[in-house]
Amino acid sequence: MSAIQPPAQRIWWKQPLDKVELVWIVIAFAWCMVMFFMMPYWHVYGKQNLSSETYRVRPEMFSRAAEEMVAKWKVREETDEKIPVVAPPAGADVYLIARLWAWWPILELEEGKTYRLHLTSMDYQHGFSLQPENVNVQVLPGYEHVMTVTPNRAGTYGIVCNEFCGAGHHKMVSKLYVVKK
Amino acid sequence: MTGTELFRVDPRTGLQYHKSAELLIKANAVAAVVALLVGGIIALLITLTRWQAVHLLDAERFYMLLTAHGLDMLVIWVIFFEIAILYFCSSTLLRSRLATPRLAWLAFALMVIGTVTFNVAIFTGNATVMMTSYVPLPGHPAFYLGLILFAVGALIGCFIFLGTLVVAKAEKTYEGSIPLVTFGALTAAIIAIFTIASGAIILIPTFLWSIGYVKSIDPLMYRTIWWAFGHSSQQINVSAHVAVWYAIAAIVFGAKPMSERVSRTAFVLYILFLQLASAHHLLADPGLSTEWKVFNTSYAMYLAVLASMIHGLTVPGSIEVAQRGKGFTKGLFEWIRKAPWGNPVFSGMFISLIGFGFLGGISGVMMGTEQLNMIIHNTIYVPGHFHATVVIGTTLAFMALTYFLIPSLFNREMIMPGLAKWQPYLFGIGMGVFCLAMMGAGTLGVPRRHWDITFAGASLPYEFPGTAYLMLAIMGVGGVLAIIGGAAYILITVGSLLFGKRLDAGAYGREMTVLRMPVDTALTGHGHAGFVAPGTFVFALVFLTAFVLYYFVNWKYLSTVWGLS
Repeated sequence: MSAIQPPAQRIWWKQPLDKVELVWIVIAFAWCMVMFFMMPYWHVYGKQNLSSETYRVRPEMFSRAAEEMVAKWKVREETDEKIPVVAPPAGADVYLIARLWAWWPILELEEGKTYRLHLTSMDYQHGFSLQPENVNVQVLPGYEHVMTVTPNRAGTYGIVCNEFCGAGHHKMVSKLYVVKK
Repeated sequence: MTGTELFRVDPRTGLQYHKSAELLIKANAVAAVVALLVGGIIALLITLTRWQAVHLLDAERFYMLLTAHGLDMLVIWVIFFEIAILYFCSSTLLRSRLATPRLAWLAFALMVIGTVTFNVAIFTGNATVMMTSYVPLPGHPAFYLGLILFAVGALIGCFIFLGTLVVAKAEKTYEGSIPLVTFGALTAAIIAIFTIASGAIILIPTFLWSIGYVKSIDPLMYRTIWWAFGHSSQQINVSAHVAVWYAIAAIVFGAKPMSERVSRTAFVLYILFLQLASAHHLLADPGLSTEWKVFNTSYAMYLAVLASMIHGLTVPGSIEVAQRGKGFTKGLFEWIRKAPWGNPVFSGMFISLIGFGFLGGISGVMMGTEQLNMIIHNTIYVPGHFHATVVIGTTLAFMALTYFLIPSLFNREMIMPGLAKWQPYLFGIGMGVFCLAMMGAGTLGVPRRHWDITFAGASLPYEFPGTAYLMLAIMGVGGVLAIIGGAAYILITVGSLLFGKRLDAGAYGREMTVLRMPVDTALTGHGHAGFVAPGTFVFALVFLTAFVLYYFVNWKYLSTVWGLS
């Protein structure tokens, strides 16, 4: 008689479906298929897809690449810690280091131009959270994640760490500039 | 039939309790409620810290307590309660003796020792690593060891459940197939076994790493395997609380599953596909291919989502059929208007169902969509989602079941029935506000696990919009409401156990009765000629509309952000 008793029929799997169940299953399944196809669809027609280009990397190699980039394209320094601001040309490889508890260096990109952004962590796991765009990417030590980014609006952005990384986690925040030329 | 074991029949419900099993069910349920109490006190402190205007705790204590809250609630409270449910669904529902009660006590002891061990590591400040303990962030070895001990205990519990099914079958304590609720519990146990195995595969090497035997643990490997444990453990909850929904529909309304075939198939879909959903935690990670992410997070074409959508229809549908059978046939909704809304067993279960579906289910699919995940990952939207699934869904369903178990299992009259009547509403609505506000804040980019979104003292602070602070304040108010509801639950349950009027328990004897197949039986279910649950179908369409709209609103929002490829 109920769900806490054995099924009323020994051969319960031959019990016919109620029409209301059948109709709902068909509708729900169709909706699940729509949701499934949205993901491949967006890879073909959408403009926001997370790159899967990744390399294994040693922290010192990545640091060196970032320092070379800073040496080439540094435009000024900011804050008491003299964090360099780097303005790489369109299409350039741009390196951003996540470490306890800072992002280094500060990037200045051009609106509408495309860059190859390289991300890694020097120590623990971190979270790259670009605000107010609210684009969020996991940053892992030992992995160099390369994604192509095209800023579409000029302005000053924040980069917040959104993966817990120890006592100073909430102070790990930086800026990113997008300028119009 | 008589045996050597002692049984009693509860005079109010007719349920037959095996004495050894009964004690174990009680012990596990009580341990669960103790964990809920600890986790609940911490919940108040951390909610009042994230409510930026109050900002109660300092950073160090906040992160420490957040670690404890996550584990004591998401793992300890629910798994202790689930072990109680497994013993209940096997021994009590099948009228069987529990297999190896002594081993079950060993399992219980391991779980308690494990819980104490990792809590000591956390509360001494040696394991502020969050529930996820992502390497290479280091935690004290006792932290991992405690988790491993707890997991071993829980694993033994699962096998005792399976053993009891074997005993019941061999000793012919029931006729036909196992009841649907036991089938749901079986689903939970099977998922629990491979979940705990995944936990062991990653936590044992991590423990060895913490004591220096292993040089390093790859962070991506850790995340991949840890989430096969971390997310799947929430699938145990889903299976368990769906089983509880069916049980409560049966207990309160005498509701019969609309069709055994559909409901059981939906449970099997959980076993086959929910595990893959763990991959959605890795959607924002480097190093994994797009194809891998899309295949795994579409839950193999969303077959697990389909399963939940089926249960979402068949549980209220079976209630509707039962109510219509009692004569509540006016219009589409008389059956639900005239439902016993003052009975916390029913109201708790129904709020759990609505909250799980509308808030938890829909938001979960958003996060599990490869591209949409980018605008959600690691924001406070994520805890907004899982508080809807685990707190409104699982916890509230378990609370509702407790109100049934107090008289039946503990033989006590429930104290403060007036407060109990309001408890599910207070808890469910408070938590609903809390979850929605968190999702709102997350949409504005507020990070999870973050002590201070004003970034005081940082050299390059970011300024969140004022709405984000408003959202966190609403979250705080909702959270406090829910905590009052949670405190009411603990007050009522503990108070009833200590001070409730003793009820006739029924005498223990060696006599046991076989669980017969129901004799009535319309052999064809409810008849497939008509639309037996039209009201429920309308609810389902409302749900689908909300789902579709919100889904495409998120795509629209995604389309406005930076180009990424």
